[in-house]
Amino acid sequence: MIEVQNLTKQYGETTAISDVTFQAEQGEILGFLGPNGAGKTTTMRILTCFLPPTSGRARIAGFDVLEDSLEVRKRVGYLPENVPLYHDLSVVGYLDFVGKLKGMSKQTRMRRIGEVSEECGTDDVAERTIGKLSKGYRQRVGLAQALLNDPEVLILDEPTIGLDPKQILEIRQLIRSLAGRRTIILSTHILPEVSLLCQRVIIINKGKLIIDDTPENLKYRLRSTMSLDILIRGPKEAIISHLQSLPEVESVAHKDTAAEDTHNLRIDSAENRDIRELISRSVVEKGFGLMGMTAIEMSLEDVFVQLVTEEDTIRNG
Amino acid sequence: MVKMIAIYKRELAYFFNSIIAYVVITIFILLAGYFFYNLLAYFNLISMQAMQNPYTARQLSLTQGVLQPLFGNLSIIMLLIMPLLTMRLLSEERKSGTAELLFTYPVTDWDVILGKYLATGTVFVAMLAMTLLYPLLLQKYASPEGGAVFSGYLGLFLMGMAFISMGLFFSCLGENQIVAGVSTFGFGLFFLIIGWITPFASPTTGKVLEQISILVHFENFAKGVIDTNDVVYYLIFSVFFLFLSSRVLESNRWRS
Repeated sequence: MIEVQNLTKQYGETTAISDVTFQAEQGEILGFLGPNGAGKTTTMRILTCFLPPTSGRARIAGFDVLEDSLEVRKRVGYLPENVPLYHDLSVVGYLDFVGKLKGMSKQTRMRRIGEVSEECGTDDVAERTIGKLSKGYRQRVGLAQALLNDPEVLILDEPTIGLDPKQILEIRQLIRSLAGRRTIILSTHILPEVSLLCQRVIIINKGKLIIDDTPENLKYRLRSTMSLDILIRGPKEAIISHLQSLPEVESVAHKDTAAEDTHNLRIDSAENRDIRELISRSVVEKGFGLMGMTAIEMSLEDVFVQLVTEEDTIRNG
Repeated sequence: MVKMIAIYKRELAYFFNSIIAYVVITIFILLAGYFFYNLLAYFNLISMQAMQNPYTARQLSLTQGVLQPLFGNLSIIMLLIMPLLTMRLLSEERKSGTAELLFTYPVTDWDVILGKYLATGTVFVAMLAMTLLYPLLLQKYASPEGGAVFSGYLGLFLMGMAFISMGLFFSCLGENQIVAGVSTFGFGLFFLIIGWITPFASPTTGKVLEQISILVHFENFAKGVIDTNDVVYYLIFSVFFLFLSSRVLESNRWRS
């Protein structure tokens, strides 16, 4: 459904994306991960025919974004990151305008506006002016306009950004319900979101595609180590040397001293296993006071640090 | 066509949803009214003086005394006001990001250009129509030549549409409204007064400059003369800048 081959985009001297290649099948939800400025938005803009690629090609439903721009645009629903809407229009007025631009007949427009308003939860603000809506509602209106003509491909640039937790859940629910016939590409910063929604994950960093994998595989790769923060009472050197003597522990770092003899330590496990029980038992057996313990979740930032470092090591080695 | 009309309606609604149209039209009528009053008062004075001499009285012409200078004045106010109507047409969409959605909908560049051009044209026609009050007032107290009024308004209309197409072009170029507005004003003024250097240029150059001057072509209309040469000039002017606008929008989709 979506084919991207060796896509490269340069703005003058700077390269936004370079040599990105991936595919998405019909019905697939593809997660786009990457730090800010990685090239996610640029890729999406090329796919939606807003920006031309410098080289390489992108096709949607067999149509090239450069040569058959109009055909591509008929088939794609797009939600840009900052949700640019016409603030002087009412929600219904705006959706009606979008419907006309998408070439929908009056009857279809009426029907679809009703349907998407219900799906996206904008029916209770239908007559309100968009400029006066909250961020959450604008996001929904943005989603509603993308869905309006029931497009085959949906491209959503950070659809849950700026929403409150309840709205995030609702939008995710909505996205999941949209899958099936449609192909969806969504970009996000939030790692769990990807595992919840997507069948495939693509990670780009500094314009390069570094991972194209399933969330399960990705998680497995990330779980190769586990980190713990522990708060422990006792003599500092004795504690550290004891912990380091454990075979399951890869490294121990002293972060700071909370009280006179209470220390904050960061422990990395050697392999992919939960070492919390083991640590707590051995610490207590040794007679140290275990004051607290937190498992450190791998955040996206950590993933990046890890993946990007791996990349650099490979390149340098 | 349907899409072009949708953009036309949306753009027109914006002019009136925001206070732009009201402010611009009000200022235009105030200024135009002031000029009209001045011209009329002066013509009145001259007429009084001419009463003593029946020969000069016959020389007096309402068309030359009031209408012609009035149309000239209106054209100058238009030069000042049109850039303010056109500068936001595409710049604002780019600045606020709405262009990103607009240009990813299945609409052609011409849908966007013509929709916006005609919407601005409609506001302009509404603005110009308000000044029809002056010839109507003249009609009540004197007898202005209907043909001269018609040709003057036709000239103003054509010139205004030409300004709009040029403003639209500058608005397509970037996201800064001030830059678009100032460029439109600058080039508009330049096209208006380019004929001034004719006396110092070689005959051929002079002739060319005269032909591309907005003002030279307008003078006939103001006098009450409709020459196809002038009509064609304004049409070409508009079409040229509309075409350039479409190229600019299209170039956003060229490989770069």
